[in-house]
Amino acid sequence: MSAMIQGVQIDLISADRLDSMTMMEKIRLILDDVMEGNIVVLEKGLAPEEQSKLIEITMREITPDGFAGIEMETYPAKEKPGFLDRLLGKSSPTRLTVIGPADQLKTIKKEKDFITAWVSSR
Amino acid sequence: MDFLFRARKKISKFLKAFFSKRQSRIGIYGPPNAGKTTLANRIVRDWTGDALGPVSEIPHETRRARRKEGIVITGNNGGSITIDIVDTPGVTTKIDYKEFIEYGMEKDEAVKRAREATEGVAEAMHWLREDINGVIYMLDSTLDPFMQVNIMMVGIIESRKLPVIIVANKIDLPDAAPQRIKSAFPQHPVISISGLEGDNVEELYEKMVEYFG
Repeated sequence: MSAMIQGVQIDLISADRLDSMTMMEKIRLILDDVMEGNIVVLEKGLAPEEQSKLIEITMREITPDGFAGIEMETYPAKEKPGFLDRLLGKSSPTRLTVIGPADQLKTIKKEKDFITAWVSSR
Repeated sequence: MDFLFRARKKISKFLKAFFSKRQSRIGIYGPPNAGKTTLANRIVRDWTGDALGPVSEIPHETRRARRKEGIVITGNNGGSITIDIVDTPGVTTKIDYKEFIEYGMEKDEAVKRAREATEGVAEAMHWLREDINGVIYMLDSTLDPFMQVNIMMVGIIESRKLPVIIVANKIDLPDAAPQRIKSAFPQHPVISISGLEGDNVEELYEKMVEYFG
């Protein structure tokens, strides 16, 4: 690792891996990773309930001069699920999501379908 | 006769209990500094004559949810709703006390404000999960509506199947672009207002009666 002092670790987590995890496992994995200064990319993002809990737990982890919270990027949800999807109990699909420490990951520009972000090392 | 009278009274009581809705609890949500407390104060003042909380330019002035009960709002067609208004702390995913120091605060005070703000955001999320029946989602129409917190919050509100009115606030400012908000959230009603000046709040009240009634 000494040769990569200036680098930033990026963890890419597949949809399969996420599907096998509980809500709290996902949130813990994300926060532990991000608090170490890593960037987490989720192939399939978090469900609304998981996002709500992530915000709440992130707030509990914030400390002065320590962890300042997260920056998170994802596209807006697609159109509402159709009749058949609702019948089968499918909610609108979650989408690719990038999460990083708020003091390292910055959004530069965000449109409905195009996100530009900047990552700095610690 | 006495029997008939009692029966009628019983039926009327039953119908009343069946049709009268529980008072709706409407949460005003949105990112910090969108104008939530300014709107909450205006609603409370317009319909009861009181005020709800202090406002300031420094983000996270509201760090506890504040509730005003039993506000009756009457629409033009005579219809009315009775609601509780809950003014909530601005939701964000990050809070750094240094931001408050830039507004001229001492470090101790800034650290305290940051800690209270983190608790306030967690509390706001909790209210949304447990105690809210409808949402007014406030946005500053001079800012980018695609900010992540807005996308997340609207998604969370939709997943809870709560009725939501999106308010494009601060239309009195020269660089306000409420149209951007309308195109960002086409699935919900968007009302453009100035909470500070009172511009177009009547339209919001009409929509509230129609939507939360």
